[in-house]
Amino acid sequence: MLKQVEGSQAVAEAIAMCRPEVICAYPITPQTHIVEDLGAKVKSGALAPCEFINVESEFAALSVAIGSSAAGARSYTATASQGLLFMAEAVYNASGLGLPIVMTVGNRAIGAPINIWNDQSDSMSMRDAGWIQLYAESNQEAVDLHIQAFRIAELLSVPVMVCMDGFILTHAYERVEIPSQEQVDAFLPAFEPRQVLDPANPKTIGAMVGPEAFTEVRYLAHHKQMQALDLIPNVAEEFRQIFGRDAGGLVSGYRHQDAETIVVTLGSVIGTMQEVIDELRQAGHSIGAVALRSFRPFPLEALRQLIAPAKRVVVFEKCLAVGLGGVVASNVRMASHGLSVPVYSVIGGLGGRPITRASLTKLFTEAMQDSLEGLHFLDLNQEVVNRQIEREEGSRRSGSVAENILRDIGLVATAKVS
Amino acid sequence: MSYQQVKFYQTGTLTVGNRLLDEQQRTVQATLDRSNSLDSGHRACQGCGEALGARYAIDAAMRAADNQLVATNATGCLEVFTTPYPESAWRIPWIHSLFGNAAAVATGVAAALKVKGREGIRVIAQGGDGGTTDIGFGCLSGMFERNDDVLYICYDNQAYMNTGVQRSSATPGAARTATTQPLGPQPGAEFGKGKNVPLIAMAHMIPYVATASVHDLHDLEAKVTRAMLLHGARYIQVFVPCPLGWGARPADTMKIARLAVESGLYPLFEAEHGEIVNVTRLRHRADVEEYLTLQRRFAHVFKHPEQLQHIRAIADQNIRKFGLLDAQEGVAR
Repeated sequence: MLKQVEGSQAVAEAIAMCRPEVICAYPITPQTHIVEDLGAKVKSGALAPCEFINVESEFAALSVAIGSSAAGARSYTATASQGLLFMAEAVYNASGLGLPIVMTVGNRAIGAPINIWNDQSDSMSMRDAGWIQLYAESNQEAVDLHIQAFRIAELLSVPVMVCMDGFILTHAYERVEIPSQEQVDAFLPAFEPRQVLDPANPKTIGAMVGPEAFTEVRYLAHHKQMQALDLIPNVAEEFRQIFGRDAGGLVSGYRHQDAETIVVTLGSVIGTMQEVIDELRQAGHSIGAVALRSFRPFPLEALRQLIAPAKRVVVFEKCLAVGLGGVVASNVRMASHGLSVPVYSVIGGLGGRPITRASLTKLFTEAMQDSLEGLHFLDLNQEVVNRQIEREEGSRRSGSVAENILRDIGLVATAKVS
Repeated sequence: MSYQQVKFYQTGTLTVGNRLLDEQQRTVQATLDRSNSLDSGHRACQGCGEALGARYAIDAAMRAADNQLVATNATGCLEVFTTPYPESAWRIPWIHSLFGNAAAVATGVAAALKVKGREGIRVIAQGGDGGTTDIGFGCLSGMFERNDDVLYICYDNQAYMNTGVQRSSATPGAARTATTQPLGPQPGAEFGKGKNVPLIAMAHMIPYVATASVHDLHDLEAKVTRAMLLHGARYIQVFVPCPLGWGARPADTMKIARLAVESGLYPLFEAEHGEIVNVTRLRHRADVEEYLTLQRRFAHVFKHPEQLQHIRAIADQNIRKFGLLDAQEGVAR
């Protein structure tokens, strides 16, 4: 059924139809609306039997999900930003124990300085935690990926993180096709755990493992992700057959087939990019885009095939590996290894800075002229940066970077007015 | 509670002499059909109080739950010495996740069992004092305030033993640990610090809180059994000496535990919904020196009478506060 709904509401409806059995909730912007909606649904009895637990921290939220999943219940939670970092220890633990928990990350920046707006630093910080990471382009895809996430997680006994851009998706009202319960039931069978805490067959879960076996355990975690490379497209195909639309998969391309310049990105920014690409194509430029839907496992081979014919690749991402550059770009460079395709790394949209069509048009035009530096920060205010660098060189007590910059920006604004 | 404390003067302890009791009054440990939930062959040190405490508690819980039990375990000695992969000493479904989340994992297990309509299966969370009073405290308090259907058992050996005897918030004043070294007149652990988690648990108004000691098997089993009869959040803290960490003879584990209680340093009580309903009175008050002298962690206090006096004052206060002695016996020795 087509509905005009908020992204969070749409995701809550999708989760509800996946028949979750335990939902753990701890508030953090911008994922709150999802669990609020689910809480109301559980209370109404619509999801029975389902337990909704208000916990005291994100660390507890995922820990409760670890317990409920190990006891055989389909388990779900959602978080963002600082919350994801606060549960980091449990994030690694859930995958190490092979528990197919599904978690939404409403992507948001990480402080300090504290910032509630969207970028992808949070989920990227957990990229090596052993979870499958799927990135939604739109609210429709967020709905579809969540339904696929349970199937993938439970088939592999690996937890899945569905990442959706905070506010841009979670709080946006869009037209979303909400599937029927019959469709979801046909697609997602009941959870059959590989191991379960049961007095009838007592098992020890989470034993200590030393050097004699640890490498093999880690290798098998990697092996599961390699299996996921095959499984994710198959699940997307099954999904297409039942729901009648394309969603999921490892990568998706947009006007990339004959493109000399290919932009690689992930998440909701692909929507803006498609418009910019259409405009540039109309002006006669050869440009297209590839969106990564699965970041873990990273689709090295699938991506390599898509970018191999291009003359250059521009990786656009909303996160920064401080001291190195682009996180996604580093991964893309692994996929382009041996190809004579230069990979430009662009960081943009940090802490919710708008990514405008004008900025992207300028960026892509520069890229197509090969006049971009290897690492580029979109819309960086170099004047403000320079002023702070001067301040630090001039005075030992130069004060807080963030507050100085805010003051500078205020001054700039005042100067413009006067 | 139906349990009547009986002291066996032939042996000087409360834990043996089952043959002198009626069969119904005998301990779970004395029965042939005890579950041996924590089986032999684990890697605990000789004289480990925690290994005994866990065995006693879980066997009693298994009896009370008709063998329908799941346990979660915090990281620590108990976890390490029972589950060196690929071996396990546990004969019950058991999960270890992290150091600080045993209570939350247990909440999750209980929720799953409820959803599955298997509420007859009971859930226990367990950990040492570090995993309970320090790093696991947030999850513990959360489990308490939600009144989740979990019995949390803390095996209190008063320091981080697994990592090499560092101070926890359950370490008593004066005790030497690797991170509280005594120096001249300065005690090991500072007086006036640390927290009393049983009292904090009571402040959550949960259905049941108790302290117990590994030396008093009847009392420990009775408290676990009582806790298992109730639902909601329950907490039992069991005093379990650590020969290695305390610098004590392995053979003295039970004696030290008994003296901790009889000196007034470790009051045993039960509380329901925030109210104390039972305290274990002391028939004979032992001197704190008798308790301290068996442990090298307190060796320095004998060179510093003011430290010894401070420890005495703590015992005196416990006796007053919990009414451990009959009024006519008073506080004086």
